[in-house]
Amino acid sequence: MKLTTTLAGALAASTCLAGMASAQTDVTMWYHGAGNDVEANILNTLIEDFNGSQGDYRVVVESFPQESYNDSVVAAALAGNLPDIIDVDGPVMPNWAWAGYMQPLTIDPSKFDAFLPGTKGMWDGKLYSIGLWDAAVSLYARQSTLDTLGLRTPTLDAPWSKVEFMGALEAAKTSGTCEYAFDVGMAWTGEWYPYAFSPFLQSFGGDIVDRSTYKTAEGALNGDAAQEFGAWWQSLFTEGYTPGTSQDPADRDTGFIDGKYCFSWNGNWAAVATLDAGVDDVVFLPSPDFGNGSVIGAGSWQFGVSASSDNAEGANAFIEFATQDKYLAAFSDGIGLIPATPTAAALTTNYAEGGPLNVYFGLSEGQALVRPVSPAYVVQAKVFEKALADIANGADVADTLDAAVDEINADIEKNSGYGH
Amino acid sequence: MATINPDNHGLRLATRYVVLTLIAVIFIFPLLFMVMSSFKPDLQLLRDTSGIRAFLPVGDLSFDNYSAAFKRAPVGTFVFNSVLVTGVTVALSLFFCSLAAFSFVFLNWKGRNILLSIIIATLIVPFETIAIPLLLLVSKLPWIGLEGLQIGWLNTYRVQIIPWIADGLTIFLFVQYFKDLPRELIEASRVEGASWWQIYTKVVMPLAGPVMATAAILKFLVMYNQYLWPLIVVQQETYRPVMVGLQYFFQLNTAWGEIMAYLTLITVPVLAFYLVLQRAFIASIASTGVKG
Amino acid sequence: MASKLTTSNRAGWAFALPGFGLIAMFIVVPFFFAFFLSLTNQRLISPNPTEFIGLSNYKNLLSISVLTIDPETDADGQVLIGDDGQPSYPAVRSFTRNNPDFPQYNGMREWFRWQSGDQAKVVVAKDVVFWKSLRNTLMFVLVVAPLQGAIALGLALLVNQKLRGMNIYRAIYFMPVVVSIVVVSLLFRFIYDGDDGLLNNILSALSFGLFEGRDWLGSESSALGAIMGMSIWQAVGFHMVIWLSGLQTISPTLYEASSIEGASKWQTFRYVTWPGLRNTAVLVLIVITMQAFALFAQIDVMTNGGPLDSTTTVVFQAVERGYGKQDISGGATISVILFLLVLTISLIQRYLTREK
Repeated sequence: MKLTTTLAGALAASTCLAGMASAQTDVTMWYHGAGNDVEANILNTLIEDFNGSQGDYRVVVESFPQESYNDSVVAAALAGNLPDIIDVDGPVMPNWAWAGYMQPLTIDPSKFDAFLPGTKGMWDGKLYSIGLWDAAVSLYARQSTLDTLGLRTPTLDAPWSKVEFMGALEAAKTSGTCEYAFDVGMAWTGEWYPYAFSPFLQSFGGDIVDRSTYKTAEGALNGDAAQEFGAWWQSLFTEGYTPGTSQDPADRDTGFIDGKYCFSWNGNWAAVATLDAGVDDVVFLPSPDFGNGSVIGAGSWQFGVSASSDNAEGANAFIEFATQDKYLAAFSDGIGLIPATPTAAALTTNYAEGGPLNVYFGLSEGQALVRPVSPAYVVQAKVFEKALADIANGADVADTLDAAVDEINADIEKNSGYGH
Repeated sequence: MATINPDNHGLRLATRYVVLTLIAVIFIFPLLFMVMSSFKPDLQLLRDTSGIRAFLPVGDLSFDNYSAAFKRAPVGTFVFNSVLVTGVTVALSLFFCSLAAFSFVFLNWKGRNILLSIIIATLIVPFETIAIPLLLLVSKLPWIGLEGLQIGWLNTYRVQIIPWIADGLTIFLFVQYFKDLPRELIEASRVEGASWWQIYTKVVMPLAGPVMATAAILKFLVMYNQYLWPLIVVQQETYRPVMVGLQYFFQLNTAWGEIMAYLTLITVPVLAFYLVLQRAFIASIASTGVKG
Repeated sequence: MASKLTTSNRAGWAFALPGFGLIAMFIVVPFFFAFFLSLTNQRLISPNPTEFIGLSNYKNLLSISVLTIDPETDADGQVLIGDDGQPSYPAVRSFTRNNPDFPQYNGMREWFRWQSGDQAKVVVAKDVVFWKSLRNTLMFVLVVAPLQGAIALGLALLVNQKLRGMNIYRAIYFMPVVVSIVVVSLLFRFIYDGDDGLLNNILSALSFGLFEGRDWLGSESSALGAIMGMSIWQAVGFHMVIWLSGLQTISPTLYEASSIEGASKWQTFRYVTWPGLRNTAVLVLIVITMQAFALFAQIDVMTNGGPLDSTTTVVFQAVERGYGKQDISGGATISVILFLLVLTISLIQRYLTREK
């Protein structure tokens, strides 16, 4: 109610000022941020600014809770009820574009040259969506832990190697300073698994699917590199470094803060909460390099235009308006995400040069790899998630990876190659 | 019974209460956990989960979670929507289902057995498995309202109500109960020349108190906890019910304390409904004792 | 005489039709649509045209066979013995993956195996996860249905006593039902936690530290049991209420009569209460069975079907595939199989509990 009343108020104000209520065409928009006050306020300011800046279009937003946003959109698409502007999670976009629910943006792509690569939603050679921010994952540790265990602080240029990293875990385990050496967040099921863990696989040299063709996972997900990754992944659990799939969600949220976990694999969105909880010597370390460079995931929420929109022009105009640095910075300051451009980062408190989270900008710029850009990703994410859970629970690595490859390939075949 | 030893009786009574209370402890703890947690800040709440403190009002207690919950989501709208949808559905359901069950049990007509079999078979269909076909169906259904003819039921209250009015379980519940009523009552009324509608309203329904209460509670719970269906047929916040609203609280950093506050708030209508019905239920039983 | 009095096609249809019509429109019709989907390759969202593919979805789900594997031998034909003292066998994968000699096993995976002499008999299936989900669901039904029904009856008898304050106990026993199952499942993830969960702490305190704690949801052997326990606890109040409404309709005069005749408590239950609960018992049994077959929310919140598919269920698989993996025809196929399975079981149930 609050959201709609503020919105109605905002709209009334802007239409009064502009004095052209009847001339503006409504452009509908769906957003994933219901329940997040701060985010809603920033978005409303942005919309208000846009509606006041010109006389042709009036953006009207409907917010959805993030957890169920994709289900809502797919259901609405099936029922032929999509809005003009849709907010879409980066890796899901190709699926919706392929299914015919989105159309390419008509904004000149060169406008986004300075944007982080993970914020650009490309499919079929065209730009379908653009993000105002990206998210990144890093290895949380306490400086004091590093000092006590006598560990070198890894940097972007010189991340830990596999040997160093495993040495660190072993040192943490034997020191007995924490219950578990390394928390990867197994309690966060769903998209977290492919987003946070497939970069490990990629750093070993494997991948979820063979990106040269996107037609098979054979070799990528069950080749030697992947087998090596699988064995390593399983060892995290058999060696007792990492809490398994039954981790309780409370421990995931507070375990690192409480000192239960020495190292934690977590996103930049949890950084502010960790600092606020009093862990003032927390350091955000880059991902270890398992042989093929350090890699982290990329791609967050982005804006696109639905295929059925009658107001594509207005929708594009809004998206272009929204991608100004000041809004990028506003969202970043408000919800803690990484602004899409270096110029916007300079405007923020956290990501500016010398800011506490500046390291994340470097991570996103330097190591980020988007998840497989394919309509099949939605299925592959599920298959990958299950395979990793099974391996963590002791399933045979080679069998599990082969089965995952078979399922991914069967799915690609059933969908006639997904348009690749 | 005549030779009750008063001491022995007292002891037995005490034992009964002890047993009842021990069992009660096992059943009450989720609510205790929920309510106590709703007053605690997140970090403390999570730390308390491993022990008995989770069920005690200890530590830093406040109403902060409640005010934050109201700030985060239009809690009032959600509760209103759920209560409205649930109330209307329960009322209509009791009527339509008892009417059908009445017909199945007391009337002889062609096709009765086959229709009842189909209805009972629908008990087997988990809702999750027909949600998408049903979505496609309701998105094409017409409706004549104040604004004239409209196509599509999405984003309304009716789409949350009408498909749920009749269900196999409720009909089955009434059928099994009606079977226990003495048929002579009905036949006698027929002999006296009462119409079927009169028998339904004047003879059978006044005896149906207990089953009405049971059916109402069960239906209430189903409707109040609706999640998947409103999620896919309602896109506007103004029509969202409480369980979809719960999702507002699962953010990247889950607000556990607010979740507990929200849950405590939305549980109040259910508990109130149950307690009211339980009273009606007991009262109606005292006056019947119909089975012979 | 009686039947003539109560015969009326017009009134019968008129009374039943509103309810039946709604069910037909909103349950039966969509179900037939789901059945139709199961014969096609329809995706949840896709630009590709829908094709009719006959029973191949069913074939993919249900294909199962037994593979006999000879142990590995050395050059002299001597059986090789592994580290565990058992003969060692070549990997099942070598038969089922890209092996032109065994096309009938292509794409299948091991479900379970047993030993027959030196040979290993391996049950392989195209869709092992589906078979496991079927097994888990049946186990869940077989354990939960009788236990939950019996405990609920016990509680109903207990709170049916005429004691002061009984309404409070009734309300309390009903409380877990009031809290949504999703919320209860979330709560039990904390309680079942393997490190410092409440259950471990309580058991450890009760056994004076002898109980070392276990990872209830994290181990294959206890995960399904843990979910069963929680499910029984959560819904038992629901069935208690149904039993209660049955109990309350039994005429007090019958109890008076049996007490005058000096019947024991057990005799009273056996000859007065239980016969009076006949229709209620059928109802409770059927409702519990249906609910147990529909097991989904607990799995979704607590385990996602793991560890190693030990808690995956049929409805969970239907949802996971139909929505999660956008394979709506595959999900529909599972639904139809579940429907037929439960229908068969309930026909048997009905036959066994028929009125003689």
